[in-house]
Amino acid sequence: MNSLPVLEITNITKAFPGVLANDHISFAIQQGEVHAILGENGAGKTTLMNIIYGLYQPDEGEIKISGKPVAIHTPADALKLGIGMVHQHFMLIDPLTVAENVVLGNEPTRMVFSLDRAVRITEELSRKFGLNVDPRARIEDIPVGVRQRVEILKALYRDASILILDEPTAVLTPLEVNELYDTIANLKAAGKTIIFITHKLNETMHISDRITILRDGKALQTLQTAETNPQELARLMVGREVVLRVNKTPCQRGRQVICLGDVKVHDNRGLEAVRGVSLQVCAGEIYGVAGIEGNGQTELIEAITGLRKMTGGKIEIDGKDLSNARPAELLEAGLGHVPEDRNTRGVVSQFSVAENLVLGYHKQQRFRNHQFINHSGIDAYSSGVVAAFDIKTTGIHTCIDTLSGGNAQKVVVGRVFSQSPKALVVAQPTRGVDVGATEYIHQQMLKMRDAGVAILLISSDLEEVRSLSDRIGVLYQGQIVAEKLSEEFTERELGLFMAGAAAAVDRKAWEELNNEYC
Amino acid sequence: MSTAEHSPSSWQHNLQLWLKNINWRSLGSGVGAFLLSLLVGSLFLSLNGYNPFIAFREIFTGAFGNKYALAEMLVKTTPLIFTGLSVAVAAQAGLFNIGAEGQLLVGALAAAQLASFDLGLPAVIHVILALLAAAVCGGIWGGIAGFIKQRFGAHEVIVTIMMNYIAFLLTSYLVNYPWKAAGMVPQTNPVVAAAALPNLLRGSQLTIGIFIAIAIVVVVAVLFKSTILGYEMKAVGYNPQAGATGGISIAVMGALSMVLAGAVAGIGGGVEILGVHGRFIQGFSPGFGYDGVAVSVLVNSNPALVPISSVLFGILRAGGAFLERNTKIPGDFTTVIQGLVIFFMAAPRIFEAVLKRRSK
Repeated sequence: MNSLPVLEITNITKAFPGVLANDHISFAIQQGEVHAILGENGAGKTTLMNIIYGLYQPDEGEIKISGKPVAIHTPADALKLGIGMVHQHFMLIDPLTVAENVVLGNEPTRMVFSLDRAVRITEELSRKFGLNVDPRARIEDIPVGVRQRVEILKALYRDASILILDEPTAVLTPLEVNELYDTIANLKAAGKTIIFITHKLNETMHISDRITILRDGKALQTLQTAETNPQELARLMVGREVVLRVNKTPCQRGRQVICLGDVKVHDNRGLEAVRGVSLQVCAGEIYGVAGIEGNGQTELIEAITGLRKMTGGKIEIDGKDLSNARPAELLEAGLGHVPEDRNTRGVVSQFSVAENLVLGYHKQQRFRNHQFINHSGIDAYSSGVVAAFDIKTTGIHTCIDTLSGGNAQKVVVGRVFSQSPKALVVAQPTRGVDVGATEYIHQQMLKMRDAGVAILLISSDLEEVRSLSDRIGVLYQGQIVAEKLSEEFTERELGLFMAGAAAAVDRKAWEELNNEYC
Repeated sequence: MSTAEHSPSSWQHNLQLWLKNINWRSLGSGVGAFLLSLLVGSLFLSLNGYNPFIAFREIFTGAFGNKYALAEMLVKTTPLIFTGLSVAVAAQAGLFNIGAEGQLLVGALAAAQLASFDLGLPAVIHVILALLAAAVCGGIWGGIAGFIKQRFGAHEVIVTIMMNYIAFLLTSYLVNYPWKAAGMVPQTNPVVAAAALPNLLRGSQLTIGIFIAIAIVVVVAVLFKSTILGYEMKAVGYNPQAGATGGISIAVMGALSMVLAGAVAGIGGGVEILGVHGRFIQGFSPGFGYDGVAVSVLVNSNPALVPISSVLFGILRAGGAFLERNTKIPGDFTTVIQGLVIFFMAAPRIFEAVLKRRSK
């Protein structure tokens, strides 16, 4: 560990119009270590890694590999120097097999492409690094966690000795995350160097040897993992003290507000994606729906909020039957909706902050003058929400496109929460949102809960569901397969249910519970 | 407060904000595309042995040479304002209206027919009535496409193109048979004096039609800037999913925008009849509706800017005719430029879309 660093970067600087993404960043990475690059969204992590991988050219600074200065102009240069990267979004060809994907672009040939050789090579690599991948499986048939290992194999096949993993856990289930930890341990044991980009404190503590913290484009400090703690990391990352644990008062459960009875919904392909979900959320309660994405969450959310027709079942809001009601009726009935994808459903990116803050509520008397927009009414209201929700923007007439992810999300949350709703459907409220804004949004949710709002939280972030919810239901293949008070679930148990270990439940008792309608 | 406003940092800040709010990219792309089209058009001319400088001089003279040239240019500009606005209105709600031509034709015939009867009405009333009929018929024509899209999900581009053929054949039938005036030419009876638009310059065809066009532009611009309906149309136009989440019906807004687009194009047809031709003559439109697409595309479908691009195309139209009469350079040159404008406006978007997909 005390020899020359395998990768050393000095004074790397990169400016984009209006932002200094990397500001004289320097640090060194030792051979065989797992080095976490920790920072919030927008801290400059991805820019830095793209520079190391040759996708961007730095304006200033130097990169040394094992003490020798190098110039990396393209990813091909990086690969030649032994640097491999696993992107957040996989770059795999779905209909091809694992082996074909691994060798793609650098095929072992003897005049013609030999799948057998590709399979052998993949098998060998897979065994050597303990990756456990079937070379003949098609990408489209294997789970996300395995796809990620294929990406790692691709890099290993190209003889990468330094592996950059960009937010590798973002797409994984809790079980898959554990498998990734094993994979990383194996790679480390085989002498590989791993750079692990993340904004999650727990995994940083769990997997890394050393941590470099980026904030506002600067490298603040490199710490030994063993000598630090999550609290310190959070403080360094955000620049102030952060409350990591959500402080919850006991739940004061009121009357039943959201009631779903045997709700069935089809997905876009006409397949039944929600297969009879029954659940009730009371005033003053947060009901968390845990589950791996793609188990019917989207369809369930859309059915409740009127964006998708149900094929069966019943939805009641505050005692009123609103099955298959139009979105406008549901908004009027006091059901607020924080959509799971901010960019597709949450905001109109061409609109200003103010225009976005009234979207869905724009027909209220205070925002209109007969058929005309009451600009002063909207402006006064918007300024209030911007202040109340601490939205950082240059003004209410600024295009929302210029806001950071966290602040854009605060616009969506602020819009809905400021309308004194009776019930809320809150989906992925903190996806792509930095630690500071996450903390804030969580506090606001609890505030709404304490004010007597019934909140249905749908999130793939298990930590989030566990820390906020009073009750948790696990959604698996379109059904709630387990439901308990939040504190009665262990993390392991939840992980098992999410992965489909329905055998662990008493099937019969469960079905009886599910038949209890509104 | 007042000292802060006068301090340099404050006005600089305001200026910065103002500059930031202008969409430079979209403005620049329009100007750039137009200049590039002129350049490439000149190249074509040179390759064919013509002097592009003479061509541009003649076009300029044809559009600005004297007050009659100027009037002629504005006459050519007027229908383009209507059709360009029609395309822009639909685009604001996220739809591509290729049907302005058909909407203009049915509007024109409705106005022509109503204006050919002596109803004994005062001039103002008869004109308004005729243009109202044009708006209603054009609106219905556009609305049919909007309805078909809403009800059956058929793409509006296909439907509006087909509606153009139907409009052309329907109006041709009507002026050839039931509504044909006596004589050889397939046309309606002439518009009565009370329904003709007042002339602005004796010896030219310029009428108050140009003011009607500007008035409609103002109405549409205000609609999108200051009304709830305009806000809802823009919301679903920019991001249908977010609009729907906000309780706005994508289908209703789409259909409404097509009615509005059709009405605007229809009035354009009516103004052309009452102002220029004095009756509906088969084939009177040289493709105003299709030119409207270029007009709208050049200003990124911003209704308030439609008159500017209309004038640019009006110059090309009027200048092209002059060019043809006075030189050997074919007037089609201006059509080439029009095509190039669309090409250069569309090309960057195609490029962007490809890049976006790749970066995913």
